[in-house]
Amino acid sequence: MPAEFDSFTSGNVETRRRRLLTEPPVVRTTLLTLGIGFLVLFIGLPLVTVFTEALRKGWDAYLSALHEPAAFAAIELTLTVAAISVPLNMVFGVIAAWCITKFEFRGKSFLITLIDLPFSVSPVISGLVFVLMFGLQGWFGHWLSDNNIKIIFATPGIVLATIFVTFPFVARELIPLMQQQGTEEEEAAVILGANGWQTFWRVTLPNIKWALLYGVLLCNARAMGEFGAVSVVSGHIRGKTNTMPLHTEILYNEYNFVAAFAVASLLALLALVTLVAKSILEWKLKQAHALHAKSIANAES
Amino acid sequence: MKSRFLTAGILSAALGLFAQAAAAQTEFLNVSYDPTRELYQQVNAAFTKQWEANGGRKLQINASHGGSGSQARSVIDGLEADVVTLALEYDVDAIAQKGLINKDWVKRLPDNSSPYTSTIVFLVRKGNPKAIKDWGDLVKPGVAIITPNPKTSGGARWNYLAAWGYALKQPGGNEQKAKDFVAALFKNVPVLDSGARGSTTTFVQRGLGDVLLSWENEAYLAIKELGPDKFEIVTPPLSILAEPSVAVVDKVVDKKKTRDIADAYLKFLYAPEGQEIAAKNYYRPRDAKVAEKYKDNFKKIELLTIDGDFGGWTAAQKKHFDDGGVFDQIYVAK
Repeated sequence: MPAEFDSFTSGNVETRRRRLLTEPPVVRTTLLTLGIGFLVLFIGLPLVTVFTEALRKGWDAYLSALHEPAAFAAIELTLTVAAISVPLNMVFGVIAAWCITKFEFRGKSFLITLIDLPFSVSPVISGLVFVLMFGLQGWFGHWLSDNNIKIIFATPGIVLATIFVTFPFVARELIPLMQQQGTEEEEAAVILGANGWQTFWRVTLPNIKWALLYGVLLCNARAMGEFGAVSVVSGHIRGKTNTMPLHTEILYNEYNFVAAFAVASLLALLALVTLVAKSILEWKLKQAHALHAKSIANAES
Repeated sequence: MKSRFLTAGILSAALGLFAQAAAAQTEFLNVSYDPTRELYQQVNAAFTKQWEANGGRKLQINASHGGSGSQARSVIDGLEADVVTLALEYDVDAIAQKGLINKDWVKRLPDNSSPYTSTIVFLVRKGNPKAIKDWGDLVKPGVAIITPNPKTSGGARWNYLAAWGYALKQPGGNEQKAKDFVAALFKNVPVLDSGARGSTTTFVQRGLGDVLLSWENEAYLAIKELGPDKFEIVTPPLSILAEPSVAVVDKVVDKKKTRDIADAYLKFLYAPEGQEIAAKNYYRPRDAKVAEKYKDNFKKIELLTIDGDFGGWTAAQKKHFDDGGVFDQIYVAK
């Protein structure tokens, strides 16, 4: 939004506005100190703690903690779950956003609410829903057990819970952008003789790719870091159904603090990488927005 | 390119699952309660060695730990445990009621299907600054007590019943006084974790509270892991005989055809080797010889029993821990 706004304002007005809106230096410094102090205290310090605790007994202890079979299994499971749930949510998210922004139909607002549901429900409840459906006492429990299909307390259950919890990320990221972009370009493509598939690949996808990547990134971060929902459906079998966050808790509970923080540090590293990637994507996204706004402005003038 | 990535992801995941399933080991799962992690790590290693040396199939024993009540719930919901080794009879009964374990399970093994016992002690900070010697000292003002939640934790139910039993045994003790006593005790509890191990880390790591009501084995382990210079154990003159229960989950072993392993596994817990491992991990062994060898570790104190003093687990559970029971009344009243 601000990018769009900027492109309309001339430099002169901008300086005057800035002078009017700026606080005196004392206020500015105080606010800045407060803000940065808060960040250091609540974000910086915990992050540093994770790494110092993980390396408390040196690199050898750190590496051997990660080399342990159970830790390895947890990393493998986390990656597997993300590798399944993130691409699926990417496809679902694009389809959902496409439906919502490019077509008019009854029940649209209901669909939007439904997409947001996983955000508003506590993750523990999300997990319990799957236990109630697929657990032995649940709706499909006996049928699954008779056919020897394991969902709850196995990888499929963890994947399902993760998909549910991370579902909104991609769609939520795409909907505002696609709404803003409207349907003119697609309509033009169709008039020029493109079929639906061509329209999507050649027109829609290039327009949304940065927002899509951004959504996928957030989705992936949450998929790997989810605790509550996964904890309910995991069964906590060591070396089998513990994801990295669950394994971290177990190690901590076993007084194995170095190993717990070693696994946690991997998650923290992931968060840092996500942060950098996020900044890059945000920058790209801003550019795309500005470009789009400019093309509209040009078309209108 | 994206679709290729997608296919690759699904394929590799599927292959991973397949590889796991194809491994030529028999997988065996022991679902246990919170403080037994170290015990069963050692038991599993020793049993696997013995089993395979005796020509049994190749074994992969897995373990799952958590609050006893929530673990029982998971087994009821389909966690495929070959055996359960939980904190108390009632939690195994809950599984039996759903038909997964035969109703007569308590009688199938010696000593009420409880191969080792324990009791409830106090873990205090070094030097015992609040001078806590007995249950009565816990309700003094300004004493912060750490105990898990009796709704989810087996250990917490033993804690609660020991306190109740103490109050009843006092001169002039009656039901009302016992209720007031546990109410006063839980007023001094700042945080209820869901399992025993959570409470221990709250007390020893996060430094909350003056006294931890703890399994004897859990208290010894905390001292061993974190140093005798920080904590000491106070064994009250009266406590409760905690009998953790073990059982084969019949429905699961029949389906997985692992009954032979499950039976041998539980028998191993009663055998001298298993008893020795239990004693080394500060569980009170049943075997007289092993008990004699480790008698210095375990103080002789007066122990209430669940059957003698509380009319068995079903009655105790109904009266104290079911919804609307005494615990709900006193804890909500806070």
